[in-house]
Formats: sequence, structure tokens, C-alpha cells
Amino acid sequence: MKKFSSRIYMGLVFLFLYIPIFVLIANSFNASKSRTVWTGFTLDWYVKLFHNETILKSLLNTLIIALIASVFATLLGTLAAIGIYNMKKFTRTLVINISYLPIINPEIVTGVSLMLLFVALHIELGYVTLILAHITFCVPYVILNVLPKLRQMDNSLYEAALDLGCTPTLAFRKVVIPEIMPGIMTGFLMSITYSIDDFVISYFTHGATSQTLPITIFSMTRRKVSPEVNALSALLFVAILVVMIIMNVSEMRKLPEDQRRRAAKKAAKKGGCA
Amino acid sequence: MAWMIIFMIVPLLLIAVFAFTTTVPCDRDGNRLDEEEAAEIIAEEQAYWEENEIPLDERESAVVEKTIFTVQNILEVNKYMPTMLNSIWMALVATLICLLIGYPLAFMISRMHFVSQKMMLMLVMLPMWMNFLLRTYAWMTLLERNGLINRFFGLFGIGPFEMINTQGAVILGMIYNYLPYMILPLYSVMTKIDNTTIEAAQDLGAGRFNVLGRIIVPLSAPGITSGITAVFIPSVSTFIISRMLGGGTNMLIGDLIDLQFLGNAYNPNLGSAISLVLMVFILLCMSITNAFDNEDKEGGMLL
Repeated sequence: MKKFSSRIYMGLVFLFLYIPIFVLIANSFNASKSRTVWTGFTLDWYVKLFHNETILKSLLNTLIIALIASVFATLLGTLAAIGIYNMKKFTRTLVINISYLPIINPEIVTGVSLMLLFVALHIELGYVTLILAHITFCVPYVILNVLPKLRQMDNSLYEAALDLGCTPTLAFRKVVIPEIMPGIMTGFLMSITYSIDDFVISYFTHGATSQTLPITIFSMTRRKVSPEVNALSALLFVAILVVMIIMNVSEMRKLPEDQRRRAAKKAAKKGGCA
Repeated sequence: MAWMIIFMIVPLLLIAVFAFTTTVPCDRDGNRLDEEEAAEIIAEEQAYWEENEIPLDERESAVVEKTIFTVQNILEVNKYMPTMLNSIWMALVATLICLLIGYPLAFMISRMHFVSQKMMLMLVMLPMWMNFLLRTYAWMTLLERNGLINRFFGLFGIGPFEMINTQGAVILGMIYNYLPYMILPLYSVMTKIDNTTIEAAQDLGAGRFNVLGRIIVPLSAPGITSGITAVFIPSVSTFIISRMLGGGTNMLIGDLIDLQFLGNAYNPNLGSAISLVLMVFILLCMSITNAFDNEDKEGGMLL
């Protein structure tokens, strides 16, 4: 009985989360422009979507900006994390706290402050400012992911490499980088995701010609009737679903290996106790 | 490092500078003019230039803009106190409802079989990955005056209800958009609660409420605080949700700031002052919640 009621509860919450999305998807096949009357099945909106140059261009913009910004953010963030790791305790805490500011701060404040900066520096709002802004809010996420990996790393590995005749650069490349690689990758992926999804900061730093997809969506939703938005959301939903399934499946594959390792560890511990 | 200084600290300092300054018209010697005087002089100049057809690059106005220090902007924020309190109140309601909905759900998920846990988490995160504009747009469709919900009620002969452009709609939008932010940190601390701990409490005679109040809630406290901050901060500073679902009648702090920078009431100085107040308010909130859970910060890592 208890299990049953909890099932119902979960079902209701998920219904709440998914109904709006399904309504959008259903409407994307609706021949009528109205969002509430069903007049027949059509794929017209999809065709229109792929002929809508503003949308296609802004999609391209989004991807380019996300890629450039994430690459730079990853580089900067990794270097910053290494710098922070080697600092003295007081400066380290200070710098860490400062670098977390864009995460804690409401997005709108970050967006507005960057806009003020660009205006004060007389940089015209456009691609450059968008990329700079995106790098700025992505860097903290990279630091956040790389720093723990640096802490986990055994420093003696690096020293051993030096003792065995590596130059510091070579030791860094051959020892430190592989050790922190998972953190760098997660940071990079997070940056891409946040950059693609960001609306608020882009809204304040974009120029007239450099629209990203979320900004185009925003201007489309302001018009009362724009069924292409429905088609677009359906496509995005499917894309995200596919990405998530792929991620989960690959994780599941890794899992048995993990479990085996864990079991081995446990056995070893038990042996040690006995 | 230099990057961080340029793009993180300087912009915030700029906000502070803008918040405490305003531009006023002055003459070339730096003496302050009042608005009317300045307007008069400019009008005279314009007329003179036009008359003598002086080329654009030779026109030099006797009136220049000068930036002066003032606390006027900060004081003026006071005028918008009702709006600010309103947004804080709405965000609080949304956060509370998120907690009430999310807490049992997170607990249920954390007690499930490992594989179903993964599945459920995916289901929670999936809507989060959709752009929030699209999600909010979906609610516009549902809540409209002749939208689906009103039609549904119409089948039973009730309604139509005025749902969009109300405070309730904005709060609903906040809950819908930020519910996953509440569930995920809660879930991540709850998976760490061992079933045996709960069983031990039950064996020792604790009733349902005792188990909940003495075991589960204290052990999930870090998740609760990070969930609350993860929902409250975006809710209090949002401006799109209120614009799309509130129809511009329910102004929030975010709308106010937006209006000062990109809207009709162009006044970056006042906008900065409001931003500064918002920022200080949120940093205060953060330090209060941080004081609650100093030892464990893992709850927020999932985000």
C-alpha cells in the first residue's frame, strides 16, 4: 500500500514535469496555428523551421560560440586551478571565493556588470563580447572540476618524474595532465552545456547580429503565435533524450567493471582485517 | 589570474561605481548646471549651429556630462521596496513548495533499486536540459485564457479561470523551472543515508515521525540548504518567467534591473544600484546558509 501511494506520488510529479513538454511536441504536429485546437496532422512547421534562416543562423552562432568559449574557458580554468593549487593558504581561499562569485551571483547581475564593462571599454556588443562573457561564466565551472582532481593527485608522482630526469614541463605534460584529465573533460563538457543553454547573460551582452539560439527563441515566444517554436522544442527534446540515453548506457557499461573493482577492494580489506 | 581580475572583479566594481554615481550636466569649467539651464543652453546652441550650418565635427557644446558621487541611487531603491519584497516573497513561496514536492520524491528515488535510481534521475534532469524559455513557453500554452487547462475545466462547466498573468502563474513557472535544482542536491545527500540507520532507529522504537525528524532530516540538512539556495537565488532574480507568465504586471527585481538597462526607463545608475542591493542581499543569504552547514559542502556538487 505504501509503495503504491509513493508510486502515485512520483507519477504525479513526473506528470507535472512532462505534460508541458508533451503538449509542445503534440502541437508541433498540429496543422492549426492555434495552440489549443487540433485540426490535423502536419509536418509543415518542421519544414518551415529548416527554412527559417534566423533560427539556423542563431543555431550556428550558438554552437560556434559555445565551442570557442569552452575551449578558452577550459584552458584558462585549468591554468587557474593549477595556479590556485600552488598558492599559499590565505591567497588560495581568497582567489577561490572570488572565482566562485559568478556562480553564486544571480545571472542577471553578472550579465549587467559585463555589459557595463564592455560599454565602458567601448567594445561593441557582438560576437567578441558574447564569447568573452561566456568564457567568464564558464571558467569557474572548470576550476570547480579541476581543483578536486589536483587535490587527489599524489604529488610524489610529479616529484618522481622529476627525479627520473624529466624536465618540469615534460613531467607536467606526462604526469599532471593525465591525472587531472577527467576533471578537465567534465569542466569542458559543463562549459559547453552552460554556454549553449545560457540566455540571461547573452541577453545583456549580445549585439544586433550575434543572436544565439536562446535569444532567437525568446524573440519568437514574444510573438503570440509561432508554431515553429513547438517544432524546435520537439527536436531539441529528442536530441537531449538521445544524448542522455547514450551517456547512461555508456555509464552502465562501465558499471560492472566498477563493481568488480569495488568487490575486490572489499575482499582485500576483509583479508587485511583477518 | 589577470582574466579573473578583469572579468570578475572589475565588472562588479563598475556596478558599485555606477551605483554611487550619476551623470549631471556641467559647464566647461566643471560648474554644475541644473537640468533646465542645461536644456536651455543646448537648445540655443542647436539653433545657432543650424543657422550657421556649422559642420558636425566643429560643434562643441558648452554643456558636458560629468559624473559625480551620489547616494541618490541607493536611496531611490527604497522606492522599489514593494517590488523587492514582492519578489522575495514569491521566491520564498516557490522555494518552499519545491521543498515540499521535492523532498519526498528525492527520498523515494534514493530508496529505489540502483538501476531505477539512474532512470529516475535521468527523468528529473531531462526537462532541466531543455531551454527554460521553451519550458516557460509551454506553460503559456497551458495557462492561456482559452488554453488547455481552461478547456479541460470547461468540459465540466467551470471556468474559464484567469490563470496567466497572475502571481500564481509566475510562482508556478518558478516551481516548474527550478524543481530539479531542489531534487538533485536532496537526492545526492539522501543516497548516503544508510537503510540500516533507519532500521536501527525503528528497532529502537522510533515512530515514523521520529525517524523523519531525528534521522532523515538532520542527515539530509546539507542537501536541504543547498537545494533552497539553488532554487531561491534564480527565483528571486528571474525576469523572463515573470515577463512571460506574469504579463508584465507582476514586476520582480529582475524586471526592474532589465528595465533600467535595456528597457524604456533607461538609467544604468539606478539599475546598478538595484543590482548592488540584490547582490548584497544574496551574499548575505548565502553566508547565513553557509553558517548552517560548514562541514559538508558536497550536497551542492551535483549541480
